[in-house]
Amino acid sequence: MIRLIHLTKRYGKFTAVDDIDLVVPSGELFGFLGPNGAGKTTTFRMIAGILRPTSGTVEIGGIDISRRPLDAKARLGFIPDRPFVYDKLTGGEFLRFAAALYAQQGPAVERRIDELLELFELTRWKDELTESYSHGMRQKLIISGALVHRPEVIVVDEPMIGLDPKSARLLKDLFRQFVDRGGTVLMSTHTLEVAESMCDRIAIVHGGKIVAHGTMAEVQEQTSSEDLGLEELFLKLTGGLRDHQLDTILDA
Amino acid sequence: MSPSNAVRPGVWTVLTPKWRSVLARLRQEESGSGARAVLLGLVALIFWAAVFGIAYRVLRYFRGVEEIGNLMAGKVLGIILLAFLSILLLSNIITALSTFFLAKDLDLLVAAPISRSRLYLAKLGETVVHSSWMVGLLALPIFTAYGIVYQGGLLYPAVALAAFIPYLLIPAVTGIAITVVLVNVFPARRTRELLGLVASGAVVIVLVILRFLRPEQLAKPEGFRNLVEYLAVLKTPTSPFLPSEWAASIVMNWLLRVADPWPIAKLWAAALLGVLLGSLLHRRLYHLGFSKAQEGAERKIRRTMRGPLARFLSPVSASKREFILKDLRLFFRDNTQWSQLILLAVLLLVYLFNIKSLPLHSGERVPFRLVTMISFLNLGLAGFVLAAVAARFVFPAISLEGRQMWLLRSSPLDPGAMLWSKYWIGTVPLLLLALIITVFTNWLLHASAFMMAVAVGTIVLYTLAASSLALSFGALYPQFGTENAAQIPTSFGGLVYMMSSLSLLAAIIVVEASPVMAYLRIDRFGGQLGGLVTELFAAGLLVGGICVAATIIPLRLALRRIEMMEW
Repeated sequence: MIRLIHLTKRYGKFTAVDDIDLVVPSGELFGFLGPNGAGKTTTFRMIAGILRPTSGTVEIGGIDISRRPLDAKARLGFIPDRPFVYDKLTGGEFLRFAAALYAQQGPAVERRIDELLELFELTRWKDELTESYSHGMRQKLIISGALVHRPEVIVVDEPMIGLDPKSARLLKDLFRQFVDRGGTVLMSTHTLEVAESMCDRIAIVHGGKIVAHGTMAEVQEQTSSEDLGLEELFLKLTGGLRDHQLDTILDA
Repeated sequence: MSPSNAVRPGVWTVLTPKWRSVLARLRQEESGSGARAVLLGLVALIFWAAVFGIAYRVLRYFRGVEEIGNLMAGKVLGIILLAFLSILLLSNIITALSTFFLAKDLDLLVAAPISRSRLYLAKLGETVVHSSWMVGLLALPIFTAYGIVYQGGLLYPAVALAAFIPYLLIPAVTGIAITVVLVNVFPARRTRELLGLVASGAVVIVLVILRFLRPEQLAKPEGFRNLVEYLAVLKTPTSPFLPSEWAASIVMNWLLRVADPWPIAKLWAAALLGVLLGSLLHRRLYHLGFSKAQEGAERKIRRTMRGPLARFLSPVSASKREFILKDLRLFFRDNTQWSQLILLAVLLLVYLFNIKSLPLHSGERVPFRLVTMISFLNLGLAGFVLAAVAARFVFPAISLEGRQMWLLRSSPLDPGAMLWSKYWIGTVPLLLLALIITVFTNWLLHASAFMMAVAVGTIVLYTLAASSLALSFGALYPQFGTENAAQIPTSFGGLVYMMSSLSLLAAIIVVEASPVMAYLRIDRFGGQLGGLVTELFAAGLLVGGICVAATIIPLRLALRRIEMMEW
C-alpha cells in the first residue's frame, strides 16, 4: 500500500508537487498520468526516497519513509524512467549487487537472478558488460533489479519506453499478476491506451496537482465527460493543442 | 521544403552552446557563494606569484651573467616550450577523442547540415581550449617574467601571443589527425582505453629517462671539458625542427632586438598548413571514424573477481561485501583508472631513487643530526604524496556513483554502510603505500629506531585522516556530472580538500617538531631522557587527537550530507 499525505515539493518559488493526497491499496494497479513537467517523476522520486518532500508524508506498507527509511525501502521496488546502470558490471553482477542492497544473498538469489534473466530473455547476456546492452535491454535489467528482492510495492516511471512489443506485453502481464497476488503498482505512463487497459484506477496530474482521480467511470463523472475517451479527457483536463496552432506551424 | 540556398551554420553558431554554457556557469557561480570565487582567485594568485617569482629570479640571474646568460635564457625557454609541447600533443590526442568522437552533442551536429570544414574548425577550437588552458595559465607568468626582465616593451604581449597561438595550434591539429587515424583503426572507446595506457607508458618512460639521466648534472658547467664546449652546447638549438624552438626564437629575438623574420614565418606557415591538411584528412576519414566510434563497447569480461576476495570479505554484511566487490570491479575493468597505478608505481620508484641518491652515505660519516632532520622532513613529503594520491583515487568515490544513485537511494542500503565500504576501499591501499614509502625511505636513510617509530606512527594516523578528508570532501562537493574520474579532483572541492589535508599535515609537523628537536638536543648535548619521553607522549597524544578528530568529524559530516542528498 502507498499513502501520500499532503505531499509537496518546492524548488525555490516553483512548486513541482502541490499538496497531493493519494492512497493506492494492496492489490491495485494505479496509473499516474499527466503532461510533461506535471510533477509525476518528482512525486515518484519522493516515494522512492531519492528526493525529500518539502512537506507532507510518504508511507510504504504503512511505514513513514522519512521516519523509518530502511524499513520502508525494503518493501519497495523502484524503476526509474532512465535506465542508468554500472557500465562495467555484467547483467548478472548488477542483479547480485541489487539483491545485496536489500540484504539478500546465497543460492536462492542466484536462482532468482536466473529466473528473471530467463523471463526477460537476457540469459545469454548474463555475463556481458551492460555497456554493450541496448536501451531496451537495460530497461529490462533494471526491471529485473526491482523485482529481485520480491517487493510488496512497485513504483515504475514510464516502464514501456524502449521495450519491444513482446517485452511490453510481458510487463503488462507481470504487473497484472503481481497485483492479483496482493502487490501494489504505481505506474506513470504517457501511453493512454496502456493506462486504460491496465490500470484499476488513474489520477491525472497537472501543474503539480491531481486534477481528477478514480476509476475511468469516476473520472468521466467528476469531469462531466461521460461520452469522452481517456485521450479526450486527458486533453480536456490538461489543455490540448489548438487547431489554429497546428495550422500556423504546418503552413510556415 | 527548405530553400537550397539557405545559409549554412558558421563556426560561431556551432560553438554557441559551448560559450553560452560557460556564460551560464559563470552567472550561476556569481549568484552562488562569493567565498568560493575569492578562494579560487587567491590560490591562483599565489600559484602565479610563485611561478613568476621563480622565473623572475632565475632570469635576473641569467641577465647578470655575461656571454652565456642570454643563451641560457633562450635555452631554458626552448626546453620549457618543448616540455609543454609534449604535454599538449598528448592532451590534444586524448581531448580530440572526446570532442570529435564521444561528445554528447555530436549526434545533433553530425545530423545537421553543417559543412565538414566548419565542423572541423569548430571542434578544433573546442579541442584547443580544452587541452591547452592549463598550459596557457602556466605559461602566462613565465612569459611575463621574460618580458619584464628583458624589458620587452608595450608590444611584447602581442609578440608573445603571435608566437603562442600557432604554437598551440600545431599540436592540436597533429593530435586531432592522430586521433582521427587511430579511431579509423580501432573503435573510439577502445582507443580511449588504449591511449590511457599509451599515455601512462609515455610519462613513465619520460620520467625514468629524466631521472636516470640526472639532468641536474648538465647544469654544472664544471662537468664539461672547457667553456667552448659548454657554449657550443648552449648555442645548438635543442629541437630545430619543432615549433617550440621557433616560438622561443620569436620571443628571444624580440627581447634581444634581433631582426629575424624566419621563426615567425615558419611557425605561422606550419600552423596554417596544419589546419589545411587536418581539414582535408578530416573530410576524408571523419565520417567513417565517427560511425565506427558508435560501436566497440566491451562485451566479455575476463575474470569475475569473486572467490578468494568474497571469502575474505565473508564476515561483513552482504551489502557491504557486494559494494566493495562492485567498486573493485569497476576500478579494475576501467583501463583509464587502473593504468594510473603504473604511473604511481613509477613515481614511487623515482621517489625512493631520489632518497637513495642523496649524498648522505658516500664517503665520510654523515652527521646524525642531518639524517634525523631529513627523515623528519621526509615525513612531510610523504604526507604530501599521500594527500595527492587520496585526491586522485579516494576523493572521486562518491561522485562516481553519479547516475546510479537512484538505485542506492531507493534501496534500504544504509548510507553509513556505503561510506564505510568506500572509506576502507580507499584507506587500505593508501596505508600500504604510506608504510612502503615511510619504512623504505627511513631504511635507505639509515634513520634511528626512534625516527622510524615516530614516522610510522605519524604516517598511519595521517593516512587514516587524509583518506577520511578526501572521501568526505568528495561527498560534500560531489561532481555527479563528471564521468572522467581524473577530472573530479580538479574541482573546487578537490582544492578545498588539498588545502585541508595539507593544513593537517603542517599542524602535525609543527606539533612533532618539538620532541624531535629535543631528541636532537639530547643526542648532541646530553640531557634527561625522562623529559623527552614526557614531551613525546604529549605530542603523540595531541597528534593522535587531531588525526582522530580529522577522521571522525568529516565522515560524520559526509554521512549527514549523503543522507540529505537529492537526485
